[in-house]
Amino acid sequence: MPSHPKLAAEFVKNKERAHWHDQALWFVRSKRDKAAQQIPEWELLREQASKIKSYTVSHLPDLLEEFERNATARGVQVHWARNATEHNEIVHGLLKKHNVTRVVKSKSMLTEECHLNPYLERHGIEIIDTDLGERIVQMQHMPPSHIVMPAIHMKKEEIGELFHEQLGTEKGATDPQYLTEAARQHLRQKFIEAEAGITGVNFAIAETGGFVVCTNEGNADLGTSLNKLHIACMGIEKLIPRAGDLSVFLRLLARSATGQPITTYSSHFHGPAPGAEMHIVLLDNGRSEISGSDEFRRSLNCIRCAACMNTCPVYRRSGGYSYSNTVPGPIGSILGPAKDPKANSTLPFACSLCGSCTDVCPVKIDLHHQLLTWRKELRVKGLLPFSKRLSMKMMSWMMQAPGMYRFVGKMARSIVPYLPRFMLYNRLNDWGKQRELPIIPKQSFREWMKQNHDDK
Amino acid sequence: MTTSKNEILSKLRSQSVPKTELPDLQSIELSSQWVRYENPTEQFAEILASVGGQCIPVKNVDDVNQRLSELPAYQEAKNVCSQIAGCGQPNVSIPEITDPHDFENIDFAILPGKFGVAENGAVWISNAGGPARTLYFLSQHVALLVPASEIVNNMHQAYQKLEFAENGFGTFMSGPSKTADIEQSLVIGAHGARSLIVFLVEESF
Ligand code: SF4
Repeated sequence: MPSHPKLAAEFVKNKERAHWHDQALWFVRSKRDKAAQQIPEWELLREQASKIKSYTVSHLPDLLEEFERNATARGVQVHWARNATEHNEIVHGLLKKHNVTRVVKSKSMLTEECHLNPYLERHGIEIIDTDLGERIVQMQHMPPSHIVMPAIHMKKEEIGELFHEQLGTEKGATDPQYLTEAARQHLRQKFIEAEAGITGVNFAIAETGGFVVCTNEGNADLGTSLNKLHIACMGIEKLIPRAGDLSVFLRLLARSATGQPITTYSSHFHGPAPGAEMHIVLLDNGRSEISGSDEFRRSLNCIRCAACMNTCPVYRRSGGYSYSNTVPGPIGSILGPAKDPKANSTLPFACSLCGSCTDVCPVKIDLHHQLLTWRKELRVKGLLPFSKRLSMKMMSWMMQAPGMYRFVGKMARSIVPYLPRFMLYNRLNDWGKQRELPIIPKQSFREWMKQNHDDK
Repeated sequence: MTTSKNEILSKLRSQSVPKTELPDLQSIELSSQWVRYENPTEQFAEILASVGGQCIPVKNVDDVNQRLSELPAYQEAKNVCSQIAGCGQPNVSIPEITDPHDFENIDFAILPGKFGVAENGAVWISNAGGPARTLYFLSQHVALLVPASEIVNNMHQAYQKLEFAENGFGTFMSGPSKTADIEQSLVIGAHGARSLIVFLVEESF
């Protein structure tokens, strides 16, 4: 997999776009701040959310069984999948049993994680993403670049061009209102024709056996109310113990995600409609592994609000695709290596340790601490990126020889300020990328101490 | 696939995860801190307006009819449904519909909502999930009638009212359908209703 620095470099080549992307996400982050400030007990809510999720993870097997019992009692059929392959087979099996060839799906990062779309397409099933942003990237045959705003990296001119080609909108049209209307007509047709609806799950409730799906567009509801088969796909960590816990999470989720007081639709499904079938697929896919790790267990608290990516200075400037992971940004940089440390070894280094993610996370995940821990783990596993390995070796060699350290410092102070730019800002110096190096002081700290304190 | 189930559960059970406590959200220390408003109805109306909806307090169903008749979206509607006796002039009868697809061309639906939440402008709606459930999402315009006395302050109070024993489906609906997926520009009317009006009705209906 291409490394983060390499892909990020590709993204920042277009300075204007990188800046625009940064601003777009910062706008969302600011909306989050305003929404949070309107709730006096915001911090108290975050604490409760964190406690509820920690309780869930520490009682996960019992709660999963409780969920299955209660869901089954309501006529929901529960399936278990160890990995993506099993997940896709279960979904395909259900569609086949009902002779379904046209499916509408509402946004679900879990099915992205499993690459469900290409799998079903290979089996001759049309699967249409119905969240507008997801539909846009699906038309491009690309994955989402953000977990809440899948097409945040695209300009309206590009979307206009795409719609012109695929939906027959006027050439050159870029008005979001006009383009959305075209998508509405196109997707309504798909909703009407579909024979089954697939949704993700935002929260599943052990106590009641029901689950909740949140959307702004109403696509999950249209996709599931017009036909007789609803398949919901969820990661096992999406569970919460009690229905009342939703009061905490629904207050936090949309405010953290987009700054809205709540999503337009927060739909609670407790059993199939008369004459219909409802299935739920519980997926592990590495989650049980994470729950066994004292260091990274807390990452399972995540409710996928995306606040950590909206605030992350690196994500904002390098774009979601630079992470080459279904979930990008700070939380993705923790989950990615947990699944495949080798393929995702550069992600924990795509972090400036500014801690902004930890500040905004509604479930109080200590994101930047975990990222730091990942760096140590990767070193132990021998998976440090080469550039880090080399510079750290040189550093440790120098640190072990104080005379050498002093000499190198002195040389740097007297030589570096006079070096031509090409010698400083080149590919050997990662620190000189996209930024100016600090002005080098004339004296070392040691020299300064000597002059100002030692004599006195 | 029971082997998968057993494997997942036994893997989880084999780990020693320190057990933590669940907070009691109804405890007085917590519940006394949940936000409350001097005038919940006003707050509800304000937030609903901020998310693109509209709140109209009225005395009774006659008043609703009066307000509806002044509404361009209602005047222009060709196909109208109503689940409230005496409200609106429906020309499509809900109980006769067995296939939700037959609601495809509904322009205006007048439907019941159970209660509203002041902190986020959401209305709780709930039903058994028959074809009529589709009306909330498929209709071009939606008007909800909610008893004026049924506005709670916050989501904690909302969940105290909720029970999931009876109906298979329920949703909090806050304003009309919307999206901001094209360059963050807010567009009202993505897939679902293009407009949402909540009538807070004083007399019972
Ligand atoms: S880690 Fe926290 S901030 Fe990031 S997506 Fe998950 S819940 Fe949101």
